[in-house]
Amino acid sequence: MGSTSSTLLKIPNVEVLMQETGFSPAHIIRLHDRFKALDKEGRGHLCPQDFGAIKELAMNPIGDRIIGAFFSPGKETVDFHTFVKILAHFRPVDKDRPKEPNSPEPINSRSNKLKFAFQLYDQDKDGKISRDELLKVLRSMLGMQVTEEQLESIADRTIQEADLDRDEAISFEEFRKSLEKVNIDHKMSIRFLR
Amino acid sequence: MAFLQQFALLLALLIIFSTSCKTAMLEVDSAEVGLNYSLKSSAIENISTSTNDSTGGHGSSTITTLPIVIWKWHHVETPYLVALWILTCWLCKLVAELNHNITSVIPESGLLIMMGFILGGIVWGADKAQTFKLIPVNFFYYLLPQIVLDASYCMPNKLFFSNLGAILVHAVIGTCWNAGTVGIALWGCYEGGAMGNLNIGLLQFLLFGALMSAVDPVAVIAVFEEVHVNEVLYILVFGESLLNDGVTVVLYNVFDAFVSLGGPKINAAEIIKGIISFFVVSFGGSFLGVVFAVLISMLTRVTKNVQVIEAGFIIVLGYLSYLTAEMLSLSAILSITFCGVCCQKYITANMDEKSVTTLRYVLKVMANGSETMIFVFLGLSAIDQNIWVWNTGFILLTILFIVIFRFMGVFFLNWLLNQSRLIPIDLTDQFVMGYGGLRGAVAYGLAASLDEKKIPEKNLMLGTTLIVVYFTVILQGITMKPLVQWLKVKRAAHSDLKLIEKLNNRAFDHILSAVEDICGRIGDNWWTRGWNRFEENYISWLLMKPKARKNRDYLFSIFHKLNLEDAVNYVSEGERQGSLAFIRSDEVANVDFKKQFGSEFTDVMPDIMVNMSNYELGIENFSVTSIVKDTIPSVSLDIHGKDRKNAADDINAHHLLQQHLYRSRKNHRHKFSRSHFSINQSEDEVQEIFQRTMRSRLESFKSAKMGVNPAKKITKHHKKDLTHKMANGHPDGTDHLYGDEVDSAVGSETGAIRGTFMRDTYTVRAGIENPVFLPAMDSPTHSSLPWLMETDAVAPSQRAQWRLPWTPNRLRRLAPMRVSTCSTDSFLMADLEEHEEKPQTDHEEEIRPVFD
Repeated sequence: MGSTSSTLLKIPNVEVLMQETGFSPAHIIRLHDRFKALDKEGRGHLCPQDFGAIKELAMNPIGDRIIGAFFSPGKETVDFHTFVKILAHFRPVDKDRPKEPNSPEPINSRSNKLKFAFQLYDQDKDGKISRDELLKVLRSMLGMQVTEEQLESIADRTIQEADLDRDEAISFEEFRKSLEKVNIDHKMSIRFLR
Repeated sequence: MAFLQQFALLLALLIIFSTSCKTAMLEVDSAEVGLNYSLKSSAIENISTSTNDSTGGHGSSTITTLPIVIWKWHHVETPYLVALWILTCWLCKLVAELNHNITSVIPESGLLIMMGFILGGIVWGADKAQTFKLIPVNFFYYLLPQIVLDASYCMPNKLFFSNLGAILVHAVIGTCWNAGTVGIALWGCYEGGAMGNLNIGLLQFLLFGALMSAVDPVAVIAVFEEVHVNEVLYILVFGESLLNDGVTVVLYNVFDAFVSLGGPKINAAEIIKGIISFFVVSFGGSFLGVVFAVLISMLTRVTKNVQVIEAGFIIVLGYLSYLTAEMLSLSAILSITFCGVCCQKYITANMDEKSVTTLRYVLKVMANGSETMIFVFLGLSAIDQNIWVWNTGFILLTILFIVIFRFMGVFFLNWLLNQSRLIPIDLTDQFVMGYGGLRGAVAYGLAASLDEKKIPEKNLMLGTTLIVVYFTVILQGITMKPLVQWLKVKRAAHSDLKLIEKLNNRAFDHILSAVEDICGRIGDNWWTRGWNRFEENYISWLLMKPKARKNRDYLFSIFHKLNLEDAVNYVSEGERQGSLAFIRSDEVANVDFKKQFGSEFTDVMPDIMVNMSNYELGIENFSVTSIVKDTIPSVSLDIHGKDRKNAADDINAHHLLQQHLYRSRKNHRHKFSRSHFSINQSEDEVQEIFQRTMRSRLESFKSAKMGVNPAKKITKHHKKDLTHKMANGHPDGTDHLYGDEVDSAVGSETGAIRGTFMRDTYTVRAGIENPVFLPAMDSPTHSSLPWLMETDAVAPSQRAQWRLPWTPNRLRRLAPMRVSTCSTDSFLMADLEEHEEKPQTDHEEEIRPVFD
């Protein structure tokens, strides 16, 4: 336990972080190790290039968007706190934990998970997924097998399915409604973060 | 009370059938034959012997005069009785399904068993003896394989493999636990004196425990499908019960060997051998199944030329995998299970769509048929008085123990699994899993194959097994639904297919694997992705046709399916409002090439219709397609008949038709062919069509290239648009330009409708079959280039036109179909086939002599 607590002590504000994210000390330590491994130059923060160095991530069709999600607008770096907070989105929802009435919504709640997914589409951050934004994602995910016209018709149809106010774009509310029946807790959670 | 009358009538029918069987039995006085209701090999033997008998009899008797007809019962006796019994069982199912108020309370399996009781009572009343029973050999060789193959072939693959761990834990450890504990607990009670004096040792009790642990997939599925539980629970119970059968049979064989070895000879070495044999048999069987799956998949790569029997290969090879495993004394059930599960994806991709549908339905027919027979005969077995050795203690304790230990096992294993599951299994789900441990035919079959020499109390065990089966299937089956409702078990969320959901599911997959990479941990998604990549690169390369590998994206196929559904809805909705009339009213505009809403839809509609009629074989939802089947051809016949007449003097139309007349001929019947549903065609014709098709393709290319000038382009492409549509979708309409043709077609409308329908479904292949047409088939994707431009040019006006008042309600989604058809209709497979098909079917003069 000695090494555990000593590692934890090195991280500033670790108590707050744990409370906000719900991660256990073991998780925090593990993530901290990973953070340090990614931060090759030891600057204490990560740049997009650090993420780009992960080989598998470079092959991910929407990898750059996911990397982008770690950086708040205008910022070029991400510190450990933010890093952990982003990853906390993927913690499975724990049912056993008693709900404190006044506590803020946990990071791993359903709507926060959805928000994370939503902002991957919504690159211009106007709160709406426009047709163009959707097309870009589709293009990167569907790859070579589908022609451009097909992509466009798929995008049109997708927007129509979700678009309730007929503004040819998907707002977050519409996004959430259209995914009402999807088990988000299941699809946006990672087992080892439990 | 028409229903009651029907019911009485069917009952009467049943009685007639069973009595006819009985009298036949009495007549031939062959009770020892015992009505082998579904056996092929012994049926053949019997036929051969009886043939010998009868011919011998006829040969020896001197004939005084030439007989006109002879009574030759012996010739047909066995197959005749088999067929009669199958018919009787199926009629039972028909009767059981008559009233939905009853089936909603009592599951079908329970009802069938009760029907079996009734039939048994009739037989008993007439014969005073049991003349038929379920022979284990027949059950395991002729009834079980197709059920397992069907279940495994229709298994939701992704769900199955993602829960495979949990399923295996339940199927292997759970089954062993049940077998061991039930056996030992019963033995303990016996030693304690709860059952009086029986001649059973510990090993026999363990053997009994093993056969009692077989949770029957058929009974379970019959019940669980009725109650619509959530998919995870469903797959857990279903997968467990399927694999558990295999495990049970293995366990049974191991214990059977122990029993024949005898207590004193069993030492540690034998026990270890038993455990090794357990694993070798189960994993060997599974492995053999995978090998056969690979074989099947590779075979379907090359069956293009024998498409008619394509589906048969899967059934035969599946059955062979079962028999081969049996021959090698590996687990046959596991073998056929894994065979079905693994080959599913590849054969679906390799085979023609129609073969896939055929296979699915044939398997369903066979599986449902034998399932029905199994349950009826389970009920019928109750009249065998030999097996009713009553021992209250033994029977009650067995029921108690199988229920208790099942629950204990399920709760414990689930607790264990929940330690690492992402989404834990709730308590209510666990309870339902435990309660879903229905015993069925496998347990009975195993009990019936016990050897009386080794197990003196066989009849007691058999009787008890039957009672357990009745208890679980009927009683637990009936209470399952109220229980699920009362416990508020999460039901299957029945949601419509949505593109956005599928799209996001894929996005989520990518997100999760990316986050795993960032965390630097090897998690589930890493494995999934690794497997997918491996599968895509190597396995698909080995097992899939090159053509199938290049198939379009999954998301796109969903999109296509949704569009088809909308089209079906659109048509049926339009019909309900007595309409599709707007097509008629604006038809003239269409011929004038005026870009109006109505014409737009007439353009689109026939495409859709044609797609539909091609597709109805592939679509699972029959209620919708059946409407389409009947209505569309009639509508299009009628409408276009009139409209074309109106427009006949239009110069444009003339021009158009002259250019493309050769493709329009479609109204002819197909000729019977042994192995193809195709239309005969002469070489010349093929050649000409090919040339013409290529020429028109070239033209469309040219126009695409030259279309720099927008004004010119639009007109030109409208023309193209229509001609293309004509080729694609106005088959019936163009027919009616031939005056008499119209009359004949409309006159015999029903015939024509059927004709149209049959043509659409059967002749599609003809185009593809012909290698000459393959090059032409690839080109439409390119020829859609002008379409794209055209869409751009008229896009604003289209947008404006989308929301015109005459769109049928609730179908706002169809409007964008227009946009999508611009790009999709030219390359969709179904359409392609249609496109290819038409050309050969046009030469009226050439074809007519053949048919007339």
